[in-house]
Amino acid sequence: MAKRDYSLIGPNASRAVETGLASAEWYHTDISRKEMKALMKRSDGPAIRDTIVWLGGMAAFAGAAAWLWPSLWSIPFFLAYGVLYGSAGDSRWHECGHGTAFKTRWMNDAVYQIASFTMMRNPVTWRWSHARHHTDTIIVGRDPEIVVMRPPDLLRLALNFFGILDVWHAVIDMARNAAGIISAEEKTFVPEQEQPKAIFVARIWVAIYAATAAAAVYTGSILPFLLIGGPRLYGAWHHVMTGLLQHGGLAEDVTDHRLNSRTVHMNPVSRFIYWNMNYHVEHHMFPMVPYHALPKLHEMIKHDLPAPNTSILDGYREMFPAFLRQLRYEDYFIKRELPPTAKPYRAEFHDVAPQAAE
Amino acid sequence: MSEWVDACAVDDVEEEDLIRFDHDGKTFAIYRSPDDDFFATDGICTHEHALLADGLVMDYIIECPKHNGRFDYRTGEAKGAPVCVNLKTYPVKVEDGRVFIDVA
Repeated sequence: MAKRDYSLIGPNASRAVETGLASAEWYHTDISRKEMKALMKRSDGPAIRDTIVWLGGMAAFAGAAAWLWPSLWSIPFFLAYGVLYGSAGDSRWHECGHGTAFKTRWMNDAVYQIASFTMMRNPVTWRWSHARHHTDTIIVGRDPEIVVMRPPDLLRLALNFFGILDVWHAVIDMARNAAGIISAEEKTFVPEQEQPKAIFVARIWVAIYAATAAAAVYTGSILPFLLIGGPRLYGAWHHVMTGLLQHGGLAEDVTDHRLNSRTVHMNPVSRFIYWNMNYHVEHHMFPMVPYHALPKLHEMIKHDLPAPNTSILDGYREMFPAFLRQLRYEDYFIKRELPPTAKPYRAEFHDVAPQAAE
Repeated sequence: MSEWVDACAVDDVEEEDLIRFDHDGKTFAIYRSPDDDFFATDGICTHEHALLADGLVMDYIIECPKHNGRFDYRTGEAKGAPVCVNLKTYPVKVEDGRVFIDVA
């Protein structure tokens, strides 16, 4: 069987359009307009509180780490700073990109810019890429954010726990954009009038990293890179650990988020870092609901969803064997059981996917 | 030339909310602002196919339910990515507790 082609400009991209998988109608659990309006309601309070903790924590840990540097006692502070920089930044980038974290628009935009920088994701390019991810979630040839392609590249996944390949690609993308070049794939989802903005941001970032490099050379120390850029490597592990669970091992080319997304119960610290994106089926089904309302949404619609994994470990116990099996049987995926109270999976939502499951 | 169509009763739309209205194969959105004024636009987002009636009204902004694209529903102005194309707006009048829009 031919190897899957995940390229956005390859044959699967046109196949998805021809079969109606692209920009399709997706399954949604029934919920009344009144209830949905209450869930969608915006407020600034929770995100202001969490942002004070996030940025305040980063400042405190970075200050302590720099003060103790180069003593080994600085390591725990760097590790804590790194997770806030290179993992909590991921969920802030995500939620503020949707514009749902804060009620006040400029607050969303400000935190989005900060988090985009810490995660090394061009705020223009990635806003459009994420819009496509929501339109065509895990549709092969359409979704630019499929993290685990089949067969899974386990070495790549392992390296990304330390951000290695992501940062390598991010630096290349930044340099290319700063040189005024938008790639052919980027052109498939970033409108022409938005492309100059992506180039402008990339040039600012290059200037910031150049200043960091100059500071490192001037001081004869790597400390500037341990504070700027470096945490995207040593602090990435938490967002990769939680991010893989979002869709890993589940179905491709379906139009029901219950089949391709995973909700996982997590400890409160991980939920703070991840800003409740562990409720991932709920988020994809109703992206207008702010992160702080997702637990409530989960309670309202859980009768129609597969049972959540009970912990991060439980999620990995389900997902990792599926990765191993996909190494031998690329078409394998986990089809999660629905409770008796749920509306059954509808064949017309996913009968175009020639896949085997159990 | 005007073509006024009876879209709904005033009370069908809650304050700071919207409803869907279909006419002649076309979908519209009817809004009631916090100031109790009524407005009408096309009912489908200009970015991708999504019903604005499932979105969220905040003051004079309608936010699309699919990708959170935002429009000023009084003017139809797209307020930034991922929406770049303005919404078409339609004249509205209220008579005898009914909301009429000019679909011409």
